[in-house]
Amino acid sequence: MLLAEVQQTLQAEVLCGKDLLEREVDTVCGADLMSDVLAFAKDRTLLLTGLINIQVVRTAFLSDLVGIVFVRGKRPNSEIIEMAGQKGIPVMVSSYTMYEACGRLYLNGVGGKCESGDSIGK
Amino acid sequence: MKAVILLGSKQKVTVEFNLVGSEFDSAGEASSKIKRILQQIGIRSDIIRRIAISSYEAEMNVIIHAYRGIMRADIYSDRTEIILKDEGPGIADISLAMQEGYSTAPDFVREMGFGAGMGLPNMVRCTDKFDIQSEVGVGTTVTMVINH
Repeated sequence: MLLAEVQQTLQAEVLCGKDLLEREVDTVCGADLMSDVLAFAKDRTLLLTGLINIQVVRTAFLSDLVGIVFVRGKRPNSEIIEMAGQKGIPVMVSSYTMYEACGRLYLNGVGGKCESGDSIGK
Repeated sequence: MKAVILLGSKQKVTVEFNLVGSEFDSAGEASSKIKRILQQIGIRSDIIRRIAISSYEAEMNVIIHAYRGIMRADIYSDRTEIILKDEGPGIADISLAMQEGYSTAPDFVREMGFGAGMGLPNMVRCTDKFDIQSEVGVGTTVTMVINH
């Protein structure tokens, strides 16, 4: 699924990275724990999170995430949006809850790509 | 135009950063700069991700637990070596600290999305060589090597 389709599916507002919505999303990580994101992120992973701070952007940049969607209508401040823009990370906000947002993406074909005991590959 | 760094087989690029404990606003910036340099050198993206994640975890540990520290990356054509040496409380029981889920991080760090006790095991997972030396009341040194 493309980020542009994610935007439609989640009726999300794009806060930065409008020119990067052609990026492909293979899987989604729904997490408020950045430690888990760092431990389990895979190729072309989109992050759905309810956590709003600058570390979310740094985590996304350092683990090569394709973008960030803040759920439950939580809007990051301008500092967070600006840093995401500089680091080339598209940011959206959706009013759906985490559960609802994950469910809608899963129903539309974005799987978990995760097997039991699976973790970051070497 | 993107800057490109050409690295011969016997050359290396070294970068060093001073880290300050509890400076959460800039936590991760040193690792971000290392990642940018690796991109300029043209290292494979899956390798860069492992270097970036392990250095970020280690950098966060210094910011969370130590008073100050130095983070150095030596980038060779075939490998990257990351060394973090901090002045801090040290770790009394390293094998306990290496267990997934064990953490001594305060609640406010958990609220930032860190301190889940996943950092050290994740560094081991992402690196080809991992070493940790610690002395209580003095500090901790983490050395990591990731082959390209």
